[in-house]
Amino acid sequence: MSTAILVMVLLLNFFVLGTSRLRAVINASAAQGVALGVLALLVHPHVDEDTLLVAVGAALIKGLVIPWLLLRAMRDAAIRREVEPVIGFVPSLLLCAVGTGVALVFSSTLPLAPQHQGSLLVPASLATVLSGFLVLTTRKKAINQVVGYLLLENGIYIMGLTLLQAMPFLVEIGVLLDLFVAIFVMGIIINHISREFGSMDTANLSALKD
Amino acid sequence: MLLALILVPILLGGVAFIMPFERVRPWLLPVGGATHLGLTATAITRGASPMLDGYLVLDPLGTLVLGFTSVLFFLCFLYAPGYLRQRPERRNRVFVACLLVFVGTTSLILLTHHLGLMWVALEATTLCTAPLLYFNHNARSLEAVWKYLLVGSVGIALALLGSLFLAYSALHARLTPSLLLEDLIRDGHALSRPWLHAAFVLLFVGYGTKMGLAPMHTWKPDAYGEAPGLVGALLAGGLTNCAFLAILRFFHILSAAGEAAFARELMIGGGLFSIAVAGVFMVRQRDYKRLLAYSSVEHMGILVLGVGIGGNAVFGSLLHLINNGLTKGVLFLSAANIHRAFASKTVEGTTGAMRLVPVSGALFLLGFFAIAGSPPFGPFVSEFTILSAAVSAGRYVLVGLFLLLLVIVFIGMGATVLAVVQGTPVGIDRSVPAKPETFLTVAPAVAFLILVLCLGLYLPPPLQALIQRAAAFEALP
Repeated sequence: MSTAILVMVLLLNFFVLGTSRLRAVINASAAQGVALGVLALLVHPHVDEDTLLVAVGAALIKGLVIPWLLLRAMRDAAIRREVEPVIGFVPSLLLCAVGTGVALVFSSTLPLAPQHQGSLLVPASLATVLSGFLVLTTRKKAINQVVGYLLLENGIYIMGLTLLQAMPFLVEIGVLLDLFVAIFVMGIIINHISREFGSMDTANLSALKD
Repeated sequence: MLLALILVPILLGGVAFIMPFERVRPWLLPVGGATHLGLTATAITRGASPMLDGYLVLDPLGTLVLGFTSVLFFLCFLYAPGYLRQRPERRNRVFVACLLVFVGTTSLILLTHHLGLMWVALEATTLCTAPLLYFNHNARSLEAVWKYLLVGSVGIALALLGSLFLAYSALHARLTPSLLLEDLIRDGHALSRPWLHAAFVLLFVGYGTKMGLAPMHTWKPDAYGEAPGLVGALLAGGLTNCAFLAILRFFHILSAAGEAAFARELMIGGGLFSIAVAGVFMVRQRDYKRLLAYSSVEHMGILVLGVGIGGNAVFGSLLHLINNGLTKGVLFLSAANIHRAFASKTVEGTTGAMRLVPVSGALFLLGFFAIAGSPPFGPFVSEFTILSAAVSAGRYVLVGLFLLLLVIVFIGMGATVLAVVQGTPVGIDRSVPAKPETFLTVAPAVAFLILVLCLGLYLPPPLQALIQRAAAFEALP
């Protein structure tokens, strides 16, 4: 069951990289957030209330609150599509495939604890981090870059699931809160960018250089 | 006690946010700075017991950086009212509130021994400094803050991944995974090596981004170039040092695990590369605030280089943390005064600072000599300590490279600084500064310079003893 969800998470990475419609990209990241919330409950054999809170918190913040913030920013800026990414959609899909492969190979060289042997958790985590990087570096629209950052954080969250008992509740919630505030601040900045330049294309942000 | 160091500034930040009086609000900063300094002094002299199940601990390394940072905040906050008075066109509510919250989150980074909580605090500092960079509300500062947020958040996300890898290295060794510093140091020898190595690389890159080491320094020139001078001083002397402290905590774990050699090579490489990149960009740099940003890249490189060399160089590195931070205070605050007097931050628009704003011009020049490592200022002593430790370790190639790079930096930085302070002001009406230097905007920079000079002439024995205890993580087997 948890493997099925992880495969879905990986497919959503591809979807984000392959589509130009921003609304679809945001919805995909929301779906990934909800999937991660469910995953937190499946990974652990006995669910205590802390795990439950973390799962619900992640699903709420990543699946509902942040997508809502992003959709609002998108509406304000009146932008629908990523027009010309730095790397085209097909090449970035290919790169994502290569990245996922590399993640699988690399994580097979790392020694895993017995309870994670044969599980997709570690490779899926690394693959999602790499896809996040790819979105961040190849997309020009500010919102798309924020989604890239979200994917990156989602990948790290999957890694965190292997260690739910190491991270005390306070820290888990702190991480989620930081993520929320980060996206919130980025949303404000996107708003300012689109007012200042009339678009949220980060190609406008190139005045500062040596 | 320790909790108060974190919560009092944050509460004051809340007060500043609610307070409706635009002209009174800036004075909350000196009040907050003095309160924090007082609390820090009490905690250090009386000692403070660990709190919250060992999550908050005041250890020697934390004491050293906390004491220094508190002085830095206090002096920069003294500067703030005079600065904000000259900028009445900008509302200061968010600025003042964020500065005060920044003090609280910084204290949390320095006090916590839980590496996850430390991460949360560092990310929080990134977020509350973003509005500070955007104080001028123009296209350029918008660009700077976007880059700062994205690069900083991605960097720090990698550091979180590294922290998780570290915890996993304990899980793999069939220990109870934990992110408490004490647990990880105690179990260091048992931790799984591949995970430990991967973790340190990620942490070094992640927190190195926050420190501004090359090649992850790209946010720095933009951010320091567009931020108000006092924010630059607080980032270059405060936040980057916190990230350095984070790296030192992880180095401590690695050296407890007997893997210090691995970490050292990485730090020497990263340090030298940062100094070299900074040197390249400082030559013929026409923007003196960006120049200071590259100088910060250089000195962060020196800090990690010192720890990489090991032995007595670690002592030099920790001393340099203080000397560099204080000198950056002189440079950023005087550069900000020059910037306002000329309403320009390029060399072309700024010739003759010494005539138009004599005190700030002189401070900028003296600050340059100090940061470039000339005697009798503090950075000379600390850089010399690092160099002589490298010589006694027999690393002659390293010493040669380091000296060569220092000379390049000296020439590159000197050309720009001299062009700014010398000559006669040119242009339409350059006899009267656009915004003059005042007692309030000059005195804090003078205080920084006096401290830098004192540390260059005499190192008080209590401070020396404290640095020695703080450097003790080096002495592990």
